[in-house]
Amino acid sequence: MSLSLAVFLILGLASVIFSLLMVFTKNPVHSVIFLILTFFSIAGQYVLLNAQFLAVVHIIVYAGAIMVLFLFVLMLLNLNSAAEPKQSARWKLGAAIAAGMLLVTLVGALKGGIQIAVPENTNPQVGLAQNLGRVLFTDFVVPFEIAGILFLAAMVGAVLLAKRDVKL
Amino acid sequence: MLEVVKNIPIDYYVYLSSLLFCIGVFGVLIRRNAIVVLMCVELMLNAVNLLLAAFSTYLSDAQGQILVFFIMVVAAAEAAVGLGILVMIFRNTKTTDIYSLDNLKF
Amino acid sequence: MKALIPLIPFLPLLGFVLNGLFGRRMSKAAVAAIGCGALLGSLLLSAACFNQVAATGPMHTVAYNFLTVDSLRIDFSFLVDQLSVWMMLIVTGVGFLIHVYSIGYMHGDEGFWKFFAYLNLFIFSMLLLVMGDNLVMLFFGWEGVGLCSYLLIGFWYANKDFSKAARKAFIMNRIGDLGLLLGIFLVFKTFGSLTYSEIFARIDSVQPAPEILTAICLLLFVGAIGKSAQIPLYTWLPDAMAGPTPVSALIHAATMVTAGIYLVARCHPLYSLSPDALQIVAFTGLATSIFAVLIGLRQNDIKKVLAYSTVSQLGLMFVALGMGAYATAMFHVTTHAFFKALLFLGAGSVIHALGGEQDIRQMGGLRKALPVTFWVFLIGAFAISGFPLMAGFFSKDEIFANTYAAGGRWWWGLAGLGGLLTAIYMCRLLFVTFFGTFRGTEEQKHHLHESPAVMTLPLIVLAVLSALGGFLNTPHFLHLGTPQWMAHFLEPVLRNTNLRHGGAPHHLAESTEWTLMAFTTSLALLVIAAAYWVYAVRRSVPLADAAQVRLTRLLANKFYVDELYDLLFVKPLEKLSQILFYFADTWAIDGLVNGVGRGVEAVGARFRKLQNGNIEYYLLAMVAGAVLLFLTLHL
Repeated sequence: MSLSLAVFLILGLASVIFSLLMVFTKNPVHSVIFLILTFFSIAGQYVLLNAQFLAVVHIIVYAGAIMVLFLFVLMLLNLNSAAEPKQSARWKLGAAIAAGMLLVTLVGALKGGIQIAVPENTNPQVGLAQNLGRVLFTDFVVPFEIAGILFLAAMVGAVLLAKRDVKL
Repeated sequence: MLEVVKNIPIDYYVYLSSLLFCIGVFGVLIRRNAIVVLMCVELMLNAVNLLLAAFSTYLSDAQGQILVFFIMVVAAAEAAVGLGILVMIFRNTKTTDIYSLDNLKF
Repeated sequence: MKALIPLIPFLPLLGFVLNGLFGRRMSKAAVAAIGCGALLGSLLLSAACFNQVAATGPMHTVAYNFLTVDSLRIDFSFLVDQLSVWMMLIVTGVGFLIHVYSIGYMHGDEGFWKFFAYLNLFIFSMLLLVMGDNLVMLFFGWEGVGLCSYLLIGFWYANKDFSKAARKAFIMNRIGDLGLLLGIFLVFKTFGSLTYSEIFARIDSVQPAPEILTAICLLLFVGAIGKSAQIPLYTWLPDAMAGPTPVSALIHAATMVTAGIYLVARCHPLYSLSPDALQIVAFTGLATSIFAVLIGLRQNDIKKVLAYSTVSQLGLMFVALGMGAYATAMFHVTTHAFFKALLFLGAGSVIHALGGEQDIRQMGGLRKALPVTFWVFLIGAFAISGFPLMAGFFSKDEIFANTYAAGGRWWWGLAGLGGLLTAIYMCRLLFVTFFGTFRGTEEQKHHLHESPAVMTLPLIVLAVLSALGGFLNTPHFLHLGTPQWMAHFLEPVLRNTNLRHGGAPHHLAESTEWTLMAFTTSLALLVIAAAYWVYAVRRSVPLADAAQVRLTRLLANKFYVDELYDLLFVKPLEKLSQILFYFADTWAIDGLVNGVGRGVEAVGARFRKLQNGNIEYYLLAMVAGAVLLFLTLHL
C-alpha cells in the first residue's frame, strides 16, 4: 500500500465518520462542528489531489464563511439539543432504507463503468492559483461575472429577508 | 504522472463521493431542524465538489476545479438566502422544525 | 349593361345598410328618400335589363367566385334571362309602389327607419333569389327573405301574439327549407353541379333514374310548400298578417310567397321529366286552393280574408304548374302581384282610416268617406274575381283552360269551384266593408278620412295595372292586342307543356275555349250580383263568432287546423321534451356531469393526502424515484 492510498483511506474514513456524526448528533451546534471537520478532511483530499488553491479556498469559504454563518444563526436563534424536534423511529428506518438503496444503486450503476483516458504527461501545475486564475479570467469570464451578479442578488435578498419590517 | 493518479483508482473517489452524497441525503431525510437540513445539503454539494476535483486532477484539466468554484458560489448564495429565510420563519413561528411548515398542503 | 347588373340587388342592400346604421339619427324624409330611391334605381336598372333581354337575349355575369371545393364551384353570379327579369320587374315595381305607400302608412311609427331598412333588405334578398344563376344563390335569397319576413311580421314585437306569429312563420318555413336543402344536396349528388344551366344541360348525359328525379322534384317542392304556404304548411301565412299591412302586401302576397312558384318554374326541366311529381304539385295546389277558399268564406278580419285568398291563389298557381302550364303560372303570379298588392294596400288604407280596426263587422258604408280607396278596392276585388277583361279574368281563365286541356273535366271543375268561391268572399268583403251603414264607434266615424296622396297614388297605379294587366297575355281566340305576348317573351326559358300530349302546348278548339270562358265568366258575374244583393242591398252582416253553427263554425275556426297541429305536433313535442328533460337531461346528462365532478372530488379527497406539505416526505419520494430511474437505466 502506497502512502498516497493510505492518506486517501484515512481522510475518506474521517470524512465519512464526521459526516455521520454530523447527521446523528442531537445538538445542532455539534453538527456544525462535525461538518467543519468533514470539510477539513475533504480539504485534505484536495491537497492530495494536487489542488492546493482549491483546498485553501475551500477552507476559507466553507469553514471560514458558510459554517460561521450557520453557527451565527444557530446562536442567534438560540437552538440547542433541547429544542431539537424528534423524528419517529419508523421514519428513520424508512430514510435509512431509501438512502441505502440510493447508495447501492449509485455504486452499482457506476461500478466499473468509468473509463477515463489518463494522459501520460499530466500537468502538475493545474491546481495552482496562476493556472486557475488564467482559465477563470479567460475561458470562464462570463460565468464569473454572472456569479458576481448572483452574489449581489443573494446579498440583497438576504438583507431584505433578515431585516424587520422592510418598507418597500 | 502524479503519485495519486498512479496509486488510487478513480473508482475510489467515485465510491467515496457517492457515500458522502448518500449520507447527505440520509441527513436531509431524518433531520427535522431546517438548519441541519441545509447543512446536509452543503455536504451533498461537497461530495460533488470532491468528485469534480478528482476528475480535474486525473484528466489534468482545470475546468473541473473552476466548476467547483462556481458550485461554491452557489452554495454560499444558497446558504445566505436560505438562512435569511430561516430567520424570517423562526421569527414568525418560533421554530425551525420543518414539520411546522406544512401549510402548502391539501 | 352587364356591369350594372350586380347593382340591382346591391342598391337595396346599400339602402339597408345606410338606413340600418344611421336611420335612427336621420329625418324621416331622408330615410324614405334612401329607401325609395334605392328601389327606384333598381327598378330603372331592371327595366333597362328588360329591354336588353328582349332585344339580345339572356345576360350572365359573375360578381365573384364564392367558393370552390374540388369540382364544386359556386359563384356569386347573376343570370338575367326572361324569367328572372320578369320577376325582377315585379319585385322592384310592386316593391317600389309599396315603399312609397309605406311612407304614408308608417309615418307615425317609431320604427320608421327600421321598417325601411328591413324592407330594403327584403328586396335585396328577393332579388338574389330570382337573379342567382345557381341553387346556392337561390338558397341565400330564400333564407334572406325568410329572415326579413320574420323580422317584419314581428315588427311590433312588443305584442306577444305578433312575435309568436313571427316565430310560427319562421319555424314553418324552416321545415320547408329543410326539404329545399335536401333537394339541393340531391341535385348536386345527381348532377354534380348547382348551376341551373349545367344541371339542365346534364340531364341527358346523366340520365338519372325517374325515382331520383321525382325525389329531387318533391324535395324542392317541399321548400316551395313552406315558402308559398301550401297544405300542410300554410298556417303561418294568415298569422303573418300580424305585420304592418305594407309588409303583408309586399312579402306575404305579391313577392315572397311566389318564390315557391318561381322555384318550380325555374326547375321545370326537371319537373317535366317527372309526371308523378307534377301530379303531386297539382294535387297539393288544388287541395290548398279549395281548402283556403272555404276557410276564407267565413273570416271577418279584413286581412285574414285576403291572406286566405292569397293561399288559395297560390294553390291555383301550383295547379297551373302541375298541369305543365309554367308560363301561365308566371302570368298569374304577375296579375296576382298587382291585384293582391292593391287589395292589401287598400285594406291598409281602410285600417289606417279606422285607426287600426280590422274586423269588417265594425266597418260598412265606407264608400263615401274613402272614395279613392273604395274604387281601387272595387277594381282589385273584381280583378281577382275574374270580372271580364280585368287582370284576373285572363290569368285565371288561362289556368282553367290549361287545367281542362291537361287534367280533364274533374280538375277543371274543382279548380273552377275554387275560383268561384273566391269571387263570393271577395265580393262579400267588398260589399260588407264599403256598402251599408257604418257600424263602428262614433269616435271612429268622426276620424274617418281618406288616406294622403302618398298612399293613394300607389293604389291608383296598382289599380290601373290590375285592370289592364291581363292584356299582357290575352288568349289567341279573343284577338285582343298581341295575343300571348308574355308567353312569347318567356318562351326561351319557359313554355307551357302538356305532358298528356307528348309535351306539346295544349290546343283546345276555339269553340271549347269560348264555352269554358263563357261558363266561368257568367258564373263569376252571377256570384258578384248575388253577393251585391245579399250584402249591399239587403245589408246582411256576418254573424258574430258565438252565433256560428256547425259548418260555418267549422269554417270560421279554419277547420281547426291550428288546433290539430297543436295536438299532433306541438303537444307531443312538449310532452317529449318534458320527458327528455326529466330523464335525459336531469337524470342522465346532469347525473353524468355531476357524477364526473363528484368522482374527481372523491378521488382527489383521497389522493390529496399525498400532498401533506412535509418536505422530507417529498424528498423521500424523490429519492425513491431517483433509485427507480437508476434501476431502469442500468438493469
